[in-house]
Amino acid sequence: MKVNGVAHPAPVDPRRLLSDHLRHDLGLTGTHVGCEHGVCGCCTVLLDGAPVRSCLMLAVQAEGHEVTTIEGLAANGAPLHPVQQAFHECHGLQCGFCTPGFVMSVVGLLGQHPDPTPEQVDEGIAGNLCRCTGYASIRRSVHRAAELSKVPSPLRGEGQG
Amino acid sequence: MTTKWFGARVQRVEDDRLLRGHGRFTDDIDEGALESCIVRSPYAHALIRSIDVSAARGMPGVVAVYTAADLPFGQTDLPILIPHPNLTHGRTQRCLASEVVRYVGEAVAFIVAESRSVAEDAADMVQVDYEPLPVVITPEAAARAEHLVHDDVPGNVAAEMVQEVGAVEASLAASPHRRRHHFRFERAAACPIEGRAVWARWSTSERKLTVYDSTQSPTSIRGGLAVLFGLPESSVEVIAPDVGGGFGPKIMLFYPDELLVPFAAMQLGRPVKWTEDRQEHFTAVNQERGQVHEVEVGFDEEGRLLALDVDFIHDAGAYTPYGIILPIITAAQVPGPYRVPSYRVRFRDVYTNATPTSPYRGAGRPHACFVMERTLDAIAAELGLERAEVRRRNLIQPDQFPYEVGVAWQDGNRVVYDSGDYPTLLEKAIANLGPRPGGDHIGMGVGMYVEGTGVGPYEGAHVQVLVSGKVVAATGIPSQGQAHATVWAQIVADELGVDVADVEVTGGDTRRFPWGVGTFASRGAVTAGNAMAVAAGMVAEKAKHIAADHLEVDPADLELVGGNVQVKGSPDRGMALAALAVLANPVRYAFGGGTEAATQFTARPRPGPPLHEGEQPGLEATGYYSPPGSTWAAGCHAAYVRVDPQTFRLEILKYVVVHDCGRVINPLVVQGQIEGGVAQGIGGAFYERLAYDGEGQLRNASLMEFLMPYATEIPEIEIDHIETPSPLNPLGVKGAGEAGVIPVGAVLASAIEEALGVPITEMPLSPLKLFELVKSPS
Repeated sequence: MKVNGVAHPAPVDPRRLLSDHLRHDLGLTGTHVGCEHGVCGCCTVLLDGAPVRSCLMLAVQAEGHEVTTIEGLAANGAPLHPVQQAFHECHGLQCGFCTPGFVMSVVGLLGQHPDPTPEQVDEGIAGNLCRCTGYASIRRSVHRAAELSKVPSPLRGEGQG
Repeated sequence: MTTKWFGARVQRVEDDRLLRGHGRFTDDIDEGALESCIVRSPYAHALIRSIDVSAARGMPGVVAVYTAADLPFGQTDLPILIPHPNLTHGRTQRCLASEVVRYVGEAVAFIVAESRSVAEDAADMVQVDYEPLPVVITPEAAARAEHLVHDDVPGNVAAEMVQEVGAVEASLAASPHRRRHHFRFERAAACPIEGRAVWARWSTSERKLTVYDSTQSPTSIRGGLAVLFGLPESSVEVIAPDVGGGFGPKIMLFYPDELLVPFAAMQLGRPVKWTEDRQEHFTAVNQERGQVHEVEVGFDEEGRLLALDVDFIHDAGAYTPYGIILPIITAAQVPGPYRVPSYRVRFRDVYTNATPTSPYRGAGRPHACFVMERTLDAIAAELGLERAEVRRRNLIQPDQFPYEVGVAWQDGNRVVYDSGDYPTLLEKAIANLGPRPGGDHIGMGVGMYVEGTGVGPYEGAHVQVLVSGKVVAATGIPSQGQAHATVWAQIVADELGVDVADVEVTGGDTRRFPWGVGTFASRGAVTAGNAMAVAAGMVAEKAKHIAADHLEVDPADLELVGGNVQVKGSPDRGMALAALAVLANPVRYAFGGGTEAATQFTARPRPGPPLHEGEQPGLEATGYYSPPGSTWAAGCHAAYVRVDPQTFRLEILKYVVVHDCGRVINPLVVQGQIEGGVAQGIGGAFYERLAYDGEGQLRNASLMEFLMPYATEIPEIEIDHIETPSPLNPLGVKGAGEAGVIPVGAVLASAIEEALGVPITEMPLSPLKLFELVKSPS
């Protein structure tokens, strides 16, 4: 499988979850695990560009696919991806634990709906739980991300959604 | 102090790494750690006849299996965190149970293995022979005491307390109107999105124990571990790294894993880690809110309160590790922002065969607020008054502060409100709520609260200007998302005249600051915030004195601006803080940003030894702040809701908050705290329910069935502020962490009661509960 553009051999242990593989075998600890039963959305990553729950997939099932994690959105030292930048500007995170999952869901959402309606925003983030923010600032972040995504920025690194 | 940063909407400095996936939560730390799993009781109450771990010990990949018999502290009762004279029958659990289990989820054995999956497989092989005992699961059943949770606790009563202000019996007898009410609150769960986790390493060569713990109080954990393991505190380091939400229950002394993981690491000579899974989180992590209240109120023809008599039972769960803080808070906070001339409150803290309780955001207050606000709504209904008007007639007035309520507070002092303007809160909320929307099945709700915040005893801070001119600051308390790194930087930056971006804050790392209490009780801003101001102020004074020597001016004529200490109004007569940091350490071989300007040979010499008597090297200081008493935040919430009469779906049409937490350090952060608090309140009032059955089994121990709200359930919250600075601390701050959650249940109950025309006397609600109430009103 490819993770953030880099090819990796398949994991040896067939019962390894994709979330555990990313975190513990590849050291990509930005993908978080909040419930391990597909409800909280913390472990959301992109599989061939679409958001999926990495805790509901075995790592071997990702063989032959492209996985993008939160670490793949903006290179180290490069400016934040527009969705990340929007969460910063709008105070869309507090403890930051659910945040990578939200950001990946929103990248997926904006890929489908570049200019989402309020209803599409709620629906687009309704697979992610946040216990800190009360969601209002996350909604604001999504709308801001839609604005920022339309502004071309030559400074941004590769790998943006 | 200039206030360039204090009060500004400063964007958070902690965001960048969290947004890039570079946060560091406890489970992110690996370093070849062994993994572990806890065997937990499947029974709510049972005798343990035997435990056989031989099969588990023999499994490939299993490194160690521990039961109580394997622990040197196996027969030690864990501490009662906050003892109290009225807690006559306090009981705590042992690290691992070996004789009796008293709640589902109580720890029985601990397995360390090469991987978590092997540890879980081994857990299945542990044979525990249980003899089930009768289960006590509701507070009412506990009070009836047909069965006992602890053999040696008569009546299941851990504590009883009665307090009286005025003469309640006489006042009730003389009241033109009297009403009785019964209000019931069920248990609730904080449910932070990150579960708990502990990682530990023992260094034999350094004789040093390093523990990463998702705790709200690393300093307490460190002190406790040092005592238990017979180590000097200097040999124990406890770090709360990034913590994924806390909301109260991440503070304990101790959860069993907080002993087991360090113990195993010391025994095995390898790092060990334990990460909770969501299912065990539901039963192993403390809960709160289970309370049943009997209320009698007396009032006059105008709706003015004359007497209030409250008798309630608090569901402690199986043990009382946290003392009786929760019922004490409820008892103290029932009167809220209202004048209650005669007030009597009695509580019994009773044991049940359920998970122990400790504070969860709001901590005793949502239920206290529910009791008072529901009672006021009933008075309004009886007298045909507007609900706001009844409140208006009973509010403590702005000229009545300090206002003594006459009952005990959680810190051992009396409850004395420091400042506030409650009428303005109410009038603003009603005005902001605006006209009632058209349509059927719409209800309005209003609720007010006060919150004792900023409890002591103290916090401290260390602030240092580096020779680069950058500033580092540290305090003992950790953040679980409250933006401490940003707001402490704002306070320090103002004191030192530097940019927020030049202040780097560390919290919750005993290596950087070993003293302190913890993050709870909406106390961070008051205690650590003021400690930051104290320490940074000391650094500013030190910088002025060093600069004064070299500039040959009076320190009083100096100011700190733009990273320099300068003669007031004369930017050309000054020295950089970086240079002063070098000068503050009079060594021969200074090296660093300001060196050329500041070695002892190039700077102006002064008489006497390089380090004068009473001076310490370094442009740094450690300061403490210890509040004289609690600060009292307050607020008013109001809402319009619509309830679908067919499906009983709740639609919150408008929700307004007017909040007073004293001086606001960062409006962006306070807004986030309130929005999050209200959302948690809505979840607790209408979606989340801990469904215990009669056998003490939690039937919905998963996020599939414990319905935390998503964005689709939470409306926009309109927030307004007033600021009545606290006279008790230099910054004038109060505290904002918990406020948002407190009145939500009361407000929604008020609104739903009006929308459906059925009395609401309990929490939580749900569409099914409303259906049942409409079918057969209680």
